[in-house]
Amino acid sequence: MDLTQGNFQEKNARAKKMMLWFGMISIAMMFAGLTSAYVVSKSRPDWLQDFQIPAAFFYSTAAIVLSSLTFHLAGKAIKKEERQKSNVLLGITLALGLAFVVLQFVGFGEVIDAGYYFTGMESTVTTSFLYAIVFSHVVHVIAGILVLLVVIFKNFKGKYNPSQMLGFELGATFWHFLDFLWVYLIFFFYFFR
Amino acid sequence: MSATAVNAHAEDHAHDHGHHHKETFMTKYIFSQDHKMISKQYLITGLIMGAIGIAMSLLFRMQLAWPGESFKVFELLLGDWAPDGVMDPNIYLALVTIHGTIMVFFVLTAGLSGTFSNLLIPLQIGARDMASGFLNMVSYWLFFLSSVIMVISLFLEAGPAAAGWTIYPPLSALPQAQPGSGMGMTLWLVSMAIFIASSLLGSLNYIVTVLNLRTKGMSMTRLPLTIWAFFVTAIIGVVSFPVLLSAALLLIMDRSFGTSFFLSDIFIQGEVLHYQGGSPVLFEHLFWFLGHPEVYIVLLPALGITSEVIATNARKPIFGYRAMVASILAIAFLSTIVWGHHMFVSGMNPFLGSVFTFTTLLIAIPSAVKAFNYITTLWKGNLQMNPAMLFSIGLVSTFITGGLTGIILGDSALDINVHDTYFVVAHFHLVMGISALYGLFAGVYHWFPKMFGKMMNKNLGYAHFWITAVCAYGVFFPMHFVGMAGVPRRYYTNTFFPMFDDLTDVQVVMTVFAIIAGFAQLLFVFNFVRSIFYGPKAPQNPWSSTTLEWTTPVEHIHGNWPGEIPHVHRWAYDYSKTREDGEYVIPGQDFVPQTVPLQENEEELNH
Repeated sequence: MDLTQGNFQEKNARAKKMMLWFGMISIAMMFAGLTSAYVVSKSRPDWLQDFQIPAAFFYSTAAIVLSSLTFHLAGKAIKKEERQKSNVLLGITLALGLAFVVLQFVGFGEVIDAGYYFTGMESTVTTSFLYAIVFSHVVHVIAGILVLLVVIFKNFKGKYNPSQMLGFELGATFWHFLDFLWVYLIFFFYFFR
Repeated sequence: MSATAVNAHAEDHAHDHGHHHKETFMTKYIFSQDHKMISKQYLITGLIMGAIGIAMSLLFRMQLAWPGESFKVFELLLGDWAPDGVMDPNIYLALVTIHGTIMVFFVLTAGLSGTFSNLLIPLQIGARDMASGFLNMVSYWLFFLSSVIMVISLFLEAGPAAAGWTIYPPLSALPQAQPGSGMGMTLWLVSMAIFIASSLLGSLNYIVTVLNLRTKGMSMTRLPLTIWAFFVTAIIGVVSFPVLLSAALLLIMDRSFGTSFFLSDIFIQGEVLHYQGGSPVLFEHLFWFLGHPEVYIVLLPALGITSEVIATNARKPIFGYRAMVASILAIAFLSTIVWGHHMFVSGMNPFLGSVFTFTTLLIAIPSAVKAFNYITTLWKGNLQMNPAMLFSIGLVSTFITGGLTGIILGDSALDINVHDTYFVVAHFHLVMGISALYGLFAGVYHWFPKMFGKMMNKNLGYAHFWITAVCAYGVFFPMHFVGMAGVPRRYYTNTFFPMFDDLTDVQVVMTVFAIIAGFAQLLFVFNFVRSIFYGPKAPQNPWSSTTLEWTTPVEHIHGNWPGEIPHVHRWAYDYSKTREDGEYVIPGQDFVPQTVPLQENEEELNH
C-alpha cells in the first residue's frame, strides 16, 4: 500500500481514521497500566477474597454490546439511505449508552451496600481499583456519548450519505472501541479476582 | 501522467478552498493553525521555560558550592524562602524538583519535539500542513496552559512540588511530609495531566501526518532521518504517556480520597495514618514505564536533527541510512522494556534485576551504531564548521561520554555502588540533558533561516558553542568523581558528613562553570532576538541542503508551496555525488535536491 498516493480528501480521511486508531491505542495503554497495577496488587494480603462483581455490571455489559449493534445497524441504514430508520437506531444507541452509564453507578451503589467502600479510611484496595478503572472507563463513555450526540445531530440534519460517511465512521469506531474495552474489563474483573 | 496532473489539481483546489478568508492578528499569531507559527510558539515558550529551569539550577548549585552561605540574589529571588539570604532546605528541594520537571518535560519534550516536529514534518515530507491543524493548535495551547500552571505553582505560600521530578510516594502523597506536597503537588499533577493531553494530541498528529501526507515519491526510506526520529518519538509518546496518567490518577486518589494504592504503615509527626497495604514500588513501576521511554522522547529528536545537520555540513551522504533507521526503531522498542534499571535498589527481585540489566545493556548496540555512523559520516567530509555543525559534533561527544557511564549504571551489580549519587546526575545530564540541548541549539541555528527568514550571527554562535561546551564538561565531568566518592544526590548540604569535606572545592569548580555556562546562554538569547529583527535576510537554501523545506519560499505562506507540491525522486542525502567521469551529478553543485529527477546514466544510491 503506497500511502503517498491519493488526492487530498482520500489522504485526509485516511489520516483522520488513523489518528483515531492511534488515539485508541493510547487509551488502551492507560487501561493496560491500570489493570497491570491491579494484577500486581492482587498479591496484597488485604485483597478481598470473597468479592462479588455487582449484577448491574452484567446488565450494563449487555446494554453496551447491544448499543454497538444498533450503532452498526444505523450505519447500514444510512448506506441504504433509510434516514428515518437510522435516526431511530441512533436514538436507541443513545438510550442504551445512557443506560450503561446509569447502570455503572447502580453497580457502584451495590458495592457500597455490600459494605465495601471505594475511598476514605474504610476503603478496600480491591474496590478502590474497581472504582478507579470503571470510573475512568465511564469518563471515556461520556466522551463517547458527546460524540454520539454530534453524530445524531448531523444525521438529523442529513449530513451523512453513502458517499460521505467519514464522521459517522469515526464515531462508530470509537463507540465500538469503548464497547470492546468494557467487555475486556468485565472479563478481566471476572477472571482476576 | 494526465491522471497525476488531475489529482494534483484536485489537491490544490481542495486545499485552496479553506484558506481564502482574511487572517486577523488573532488567527495569525495567537490561535494559529499553521504549523510554522505553532512551531515558533513552541520554541519561544520552551526557551522561556528553559531560562527558568536553568536559572533554578544556578541557584541550587550555589547552595551546593557554598552551603548555608548568605547571598543577596537568594533574598531577591526567593524572598521569604531565603531568610537573611540563606536558602531554606525546602525551597532547595523544590528548586531541584521543578528544575527537573521543567527541563525534562517543558523544554526537552515540548520545546524540542514540539518545535521541530511541527516545523519539519510538513515541510520535509511535502505536505501543506499537519493532518489536523485544529488539534495541533489545541495541543500548543494545552502546553501553554500547563506551563502557566507550573509557573504559578512557584508562587504558592507553601512552595511548589518538592518530591523530586519522579514524585515518588509517600513523600509526594502526604501534605504532612513536606510543605511542597500540599497545593504545590496538586498543581504539579494538574499541570502534568494537561501536559500529557497536549503531548498526546501533538504526537497523534505527527504520526498520521508522516504516514499519510507524504508527497508523491517520498517513500518511507526516502524520508530524512529527522522525520524518522520525530515519527518514532511520537509513537513512544503515545504508548508511554498514558501509563503516567494512570499512575497520576492513582496517586491523586491516594492524596485526596484516602485510598491506599501506594501507601502503607506510615507514622508521621507522632501520628499513625490509616493507609494500609499499599506499595510505593508499584508507583515506581508505573512511573518508570513512562520515565524511561521519556528519556528517548527527549533524545531521539536531537539525534535526528544531528543526522541531518552532520550530513549537510559534512557534504556527505549519511553513513548507513538503513542502519540508522533500524537503530532508532530498536532503541524505541528496547526503551519500553528497561524501566526496572531505575529501581535496582528498590528491593525488587534480584533475578528481575538481571533481566533488566540484560535488556538495558542491549541498548548499547543501537546507540553504538548511531555513534559510529555519525563519526563515519564526518570522516573525510568537507566539513562546514558553522554553529549548527559544532553543536551536532558536540552532541556526538556528550552522547558517547554520557553513554559510557550508562553501561555502569545499567548493570545491577555495579549500580548499587553509585546509585543515587552524583554519578547518576552526571550520567543523565550528559547523555540526555546536554545532548538534547545541543540538538535543540543545532536545530535552531540550522533552521532559524526557515523559521524567521533571517540569518543568525555566526561569531556569536561560535562563542556560544565553545563557552557552553567547555563549561558543560566543566560541570559534569568532575561530577562523576564526586559521585564515585559517594556524595548522594538531592541533599541540601553535605557538610554534616566529614568524609565529604574534601569534595567541597570540586563543588565550587562545578558551580563556577555552571554560572559561566548559564550566562553564556544570554549570548544565544541576544543573538536569537536580534537576528529575528535585524539579522541579514536569508537566502532560500543557505546551507545548500537537499531536503524539501528549502524549496519553499523564504516568506511563509499558508500551504507552504505556492504552486503544486514538488514530487520527490531521490533520498535526502545526495551530497557530493559524482558521475563516472568524476564530475558532480549536477555540474558545479555538490548537492542534488530531492526534487531533481535522476539524471541520465545516474544510478539511484542504494540506501
